[in-house]
Parts: sequence; structure tokens; C-alpha cells
Amino acid sequence: MTVALEAEALHHAYGGTITLRGVSLQVRTGSLLAIVGESGSGKTTLLRCFNRLIQPTAGVVRVAGVDVRGTPGDALRRRLGFVPQTGGLLPHWTVLRNAALVPRLVGHPNPERAAAEALTLVGLPAAEFGERLPYQLSGGQRQRVALARALAARQDIVLLDEPFGALDALSRAVVHEAFERVRGELGFTAVLVTHDLAEAARLADEIAVMRGGAIEQIGTLDALRRAPATDYVEELLFRATAAARPLVGA
Amino acid sequence: MRTSQFLPVRVCRVLLTAGLLLVGWGVPLGVAAQSLPEGPAVVVASKPFGESFLLAEMFAQLLESEGIRVTRRPGLGATEVAFEALRTNAIDVYPEYTGTGLLAVLRDSMTPAMREDPRRLFARVRDEFARRYGVRWLPPLGFDNGYAIAVRRETATRYRLRTLSDLARESGALQAGFTSDFIGRPDGFVGLKAFYGITLRSVKPLAPAVKYEALSAGSIDVIDGYSTDGLLARFDLITLVDDRHFFPPYQAAALVSPRVSTERPDVIAALSRLSGLLTEDDVRRWNALIEVERRPIADVARGALAELALVQRVGAAEGSVTRRPSAGGFLAYSWARRAETLRLVREHLVLVSIALVAAILVAVPLGVLLTRTPRAAAWVMQGLGVVQTIPSLALLAFMIPLLGIGLVPALVALWLYALLPIARATYSGVSSADPDAVAASEALGTTAWQRLWWVQLPLATPAVLAGVRTSAVITVGAATLAAFIGAGGLGEPIITGLGLADSRLVLSGALPAAALAVVVDLLLAGVERAVTPAYIRRRRSGA
Repeated sequence: MTVALEAEALHHAYGGTITLRGVSLQVRTGSLLAIVGESGSGKTTLLRCFNRLIQPTAGVVRVAGVDVRGTPGDALRRRLGFVPQTGGLLPHWTVLRNAALVPRLVGHPNPERAAAEALTLVGLPAAEFGERLPYQLSGGQRQRVALARALAARQDIVLLDEPFGALDALSRAVVHEAFERVRGELGFTAVLVTHDLAEAARLADEIAVMRGGAIEQIGTLDALRRAPATDYVEELLFRATAAARPLVGA
Repeated sequence: MRTSQFLPVRVCRVLLTAGLLLVGWGVPLGVAAQSLPEGPAVVVASKPFGESFLLAEMFAQLLESEGIRVTRRPGLGATEVAFEALRTNAIDVYPEYTGTGLLAVLRDSMTPAMREDPRRLFARVRDEFARRYGVRWLPPLGFDNGYAIAVRRETATRYRLRTLSDLARESGALQAGFTSDFIGRPDGFVGLKAFYGITLRSVKPLAPAVKYEALSAGSIDVIDGYSTDGLLARFDLITLVDDRHFFPPYQAAALVSPRVSTERPDVIAALSRLSGLLTEDDVRRWNALIEVERRPIADVARGALAELALVQRVGAAEGSVTRRPSAGGFLAYSWARRAETLRLVREHLVLVSIALVAAILVAVPLGVLLTRTPRAAAWVMQGLGVVQTIPSLALLAFMIPLLGIGLVPALVALWLYALLPIARATYSGVSSADPDAVAASEALGTTAWQRLWWVQLPLATPAVLAGVRTSAVITVGAATLAAFIGAGGLGEPIITGLGLADSRLVLSGALPAAALAVVVDLLLAGVERAVTPAYIRRRRSGA
């Protein structure tokens, strides 16, 4: 097994508040790790340590086995795809131009072709959507463009910061579908930050539950169900199941 | 839309082109009219009131009749501006009064000996000015323009009034109307009353404009005024002789710059021909031609020099002195002045567009730079804010010791004024540009420079343009004051008009200036709309 991303004993404090207290984890190449937790649990801070948007006060982050402190921040970030919560598309750029941003940054010979391919993958063919501006898209379509932008340079690691959190249930289902299709095709490694255990259950190979800046438990959904390490994990699982039951009709 | 990335570039290009067009259109005439000519041209200036305009124009024509090249700078700010310009050789000659020289420039007090004998006062200012500033007083022109007390001719005859001592004798029967300023001043009525023992039946404070009418209507008998005031002639009033020399002397003379004093004996010789030739009666009559009859100053000056037999009488000039100005309304007046107005509009546009383009070139990068150092930003904005609070006229006056007078100091002052709105708009536009888009492009690996060019500047463009628009309107207004330091533009007729109490002349500058401000505002509003991207327009309209 090769490890794509690795955090080792990360500590972080910001303005007197401790946001990470000794976090260690590994993400296998080709797998998807979901980090689940409430707001303030430190999950987004952890994610941002991977692409050096945050420098941890102590500990080591490795990408493909190499300490990230050896790589300048913007060079590192170009290698790692990123999908933010609100899409963060440039409002004055067309969809095609937005999707071509990263290929352009990494010096791709034909950024727009790469962008068009990625747009097709997320189900927004450039012929129809390429010339639109972000405000002419629905929220779900914007998130799919953000996904295409993160993948257009064929990154093999993608970081996702609650990318589907702001969507309504139906749009979210459509985007989930597109995401799984794309991941099935490209097979990239991903870290997905979410507060929604059901989403984690659907998309992730492994789940890390975070609380108060530390990891409560990390493992597959089954492993978590079989042996919840703490009361918090047990309660989280119970609530997610209880919420889903009436719909499933069990 | 591929071009959207280049939004800032496109806007810059549009603005630059517009600026260059304006400048290109205005420069040939503007610069020709404004730049100090090289070599031996003598700069003749005046302060902004009728008699000063007239004397300066007489100086200029006299010099020209001797074949000396002259540049005219009429209506410079006031004593401080004119004298500062003279001392620093930015101008070469202007008419000044000995009393003003002593009190306002030397900040000295008048001794009884100087009151008694104007020659002592003249000697004092001549020696002190030469010693302190290297500035030269030419011998007095011959008349005194000090305070005067006047009565109707029939009052003078009835009470046999010739002097202020006569007035004191008869004062119990007379009623006075004085300007409130004169009533309260120790060198005005307060001192005069005690000095001569005058006890008037009543003293009413009256506005200058009302005073003459009230006297002529017979509701008062005595007024204060200035001895060469044209209105004294118009209402046929008698000024009473200050037989015991209470009022300080205000002898008029040509004041000459250090440069001309030492290098141009020809100029000194030519101007000295006027010394001692001008009487109060003459000057009062000429002032009346200008202020009451509204004759062109150049014509009156030409006629005056001809009367003094200093230049030859020219048929055409004579004709124009006697011709009354057109009696038509303001429209006809404006139409007759259209060529002049067009020239002034061009000068004005040159001033505004150079100052504005220079301000954009500095303030936009400055605003961007400050977003990188928010702590410095507060200080710099504060500093620019302080500049903004300096009254325009004071800012212009500050420029004189540094840059002299004319186009350059005016441009620097206008440029300073234009900086703040643009820098502030750029700063807030860049720092508030769509935070999600900025954060996302950072997380994807753009460099700070790329974020600036691709994201922040394009998104800030409408805000920057709004700042440019504010600055442009401010500059169009402030540029009218540039005429006070001889930079020309639409302020020229405003200042001259104020000096001559000629509201038509004031309006002929003020109306085009106001119209220009509106046009510039609308034009830039159009540019702003044109470059505001669809997604912002949509958001604003609430769609």
C-alpha cells in the first residue's frame, strides 16, 4: 500500500485557541478519506495543512512521502486539486476559462482542451456551458464546474472543503453522482471534509471523526459501526441512522 | 468572453486614449497661452481688482510700445500670492501700494512721521524691500488710493466743506453711512472721530453697494470709500482732503522683481516713465470706465496711455474706448465671447486631464500597494485626507515658493487633490473583491501577482472608475482656482469678474465650468457602465 497524504502529530494554535491537538493520519493512494465533525472540530484546519494554506505549529505533513515544507506554497497547491465550499469561481470569467485556470497555471500545452474534457466528465459539456458566466448557472452546476477546475490538470490528489454542503438535497444527489462517476474514471486520491455523515458514508472509503481538534476514531464505516471508539462516535452514528430510517422505511 | 481577463488593461487603454485626446486637443493652444516664454519676456501681473488690472495693463502696453515682449498674468490670488510670485521671480512686475507694502508684507506699523509725509513711508518700504527681498519699488505713480470720506457736491457747497477739518466743524448737522468694517477699525472711523473731533448726527452701517445709492438719494450725507473708486466719479461726489493726515498713505507704484531689477534696465526705464503722471481724478475716471461703463480694460489702458501722451493715439483704439459694450442679454454676450470661452475650456481641460491622468497613474498602484500593507494604508489615507482638507487656494499658495506660478504648480496641486478618491476606491475595491473567488484562486495555486491581475483588479475596476469619476468632478471645480496662480482656465473670467464686480464675466466662466463638471461626470458614468460586467449589473438590479 502506498500513502498519498500523511499527517504526523499535527498541532496548531491560532490566536490562543488550540485547533489541532496531535492529529496523525494516512490516506492511501486512490482512496477517499472523509473527515467528519462539527464546525470548530478542526476538520477544515487539518485539510488546509495539506496544501500549506495553514502552517501547523508542530508536526509534519507529507505529500507522496515528501515533507511539504520543502515545496513553495503555490507550487504545492497547483499539484493538489481543491474544491471550496462555495465554488469560488471567478465571477468575470466564463465557465471554460474558469475550468482552464489550473491547467494554465501548470503550463499545460492546451489548457482549454483539458478544461473542456473535465467539463464533459462532470456532465457540463463545453459546447453548451463553456461560454456561460457563473451567475448563469445553478448552485449544483457551479460546484460541478469547481470540481472540473480541480481536476482539469489531472491532479491525482484532490482536497474538498464541504463542497456539497450548501446545496439542496436534489442538487446534492446529482453532484454526488457526477463526483462518483468522475472518481471512478480518474481514480484520484481525495480528502473530503463534511459535517454530513451520510455523505461520508456514501462517498468515502474511510472516515475520520474529529472533535475538539483531535481524531476520535478513523476507519471504514463498518469498522466504526462495529466498534465505536467513543460515546461521541456512537452517538453520531446513531443520529445519522435515525435520521435516515423513516425515509428508508426500515 | 475571453477579453474579460484584460478588463483593467482595457479600461486603462480607454482612459489613456481619452486623456491623450483631450490633452492633444488642448495642448497646442493651451501651452502656447500658458507656458512662460523663454528669453526676455517680462511677466506683468496684477491683483484681482479693477484698478490693479488697469495699472498692470498700462504697464504691459507701455513695455510693448518699447518693443519689450510681455506675458500677462492678471488677477493673481491676493497680496500674498502676488508678492510671493514676484519675490521668487515667477512674475516681474505688478502694481502695489505703499501702505499695503508696509502693513501686509513687512508687517510693520505706521509711524506718525509716515502719516505726515508719504515720502517717508515710500523711503521706508523701498529700503526694506530692497534689503530683505531684493525687490524694487519704482517711484510712485502719483496718486493715492487710501480711505476717503466723500459727500455730495451740493452738500460740500452748502456747508463749505473741503477738508476733514471742515467736516468736523459742521458734523453735528450731518448723517453718515459707513461700511461696518470702517466703523469698527482703529485706522477707520474710531480713530478718525477722535483725531478730528468729528461728532456726526448719526452713523449707519451700510453695505458698500447700498452706500452710494443712499448718499445719492439724500438719505445720508457722508460716506467712506477709496479715493480712486470709480463710483465717486459716477455719482459726482467730492472727497474731503485729509488735511491733518490721519489716513495712512496708499501710494501706488510699480513693484519690480529682483531679476528685472538687476538685469533689465530697459524695463525699469520704460516703467519709470509713468512715475508721477497719474492723478487721483484720472484714475477715478478710468476706474469708472471699467467698473461702471464696463469698457474692456485693454481699451481703457490704451486710452489712458494716449491721454498721458506716452503712446501714440491709434484711431482704432480711440474708437473702441468710446464704443459702448453691446447692450444685448447674457446670451449675446456669451456668443460674442465664444472664441475666448472655447480657449479657456481647452486650457481647463488640459489642466484637468493632465492632473487626472497623472493621479490615476500614481493612485491606482498606490491603492493596490496599500492592500498589501493595511497598517501603512491607514496612515497614507489619513495623509491624503489631510491634503484634501487644505483649502484649494491655500494649497495653490503653498506651491508658489516651491514651483513658482503658472501651469506646473497648478497641476501639482490639482494632482494632489485627485489622489485620495482614486487611491481610496482602488484600495477598497481590491481589498473587498469577491473573497470566495480570491480564496479559491489562492487555494488552487495562483501567485499573489496573478490573483491581483486576474481576480482583484478586474473585480475592482468599477469601484476604481467611480473613484476616478469623483476625482474628475473635484478637479474640474478646483481647476477654476488655478487662475489665481496664473494657470489660466475658466477661473480667469471668474476672478476678473469678481474683481470688477461684473457678474456677466463671472458667469461666463462659472457656467461653462459647471457644465464641464456635469459633462465629465456623465461621460465617466457612461464609461463606468460600459465596463461594469454583466454579473455585477445583475446583482445590483436585484435579479
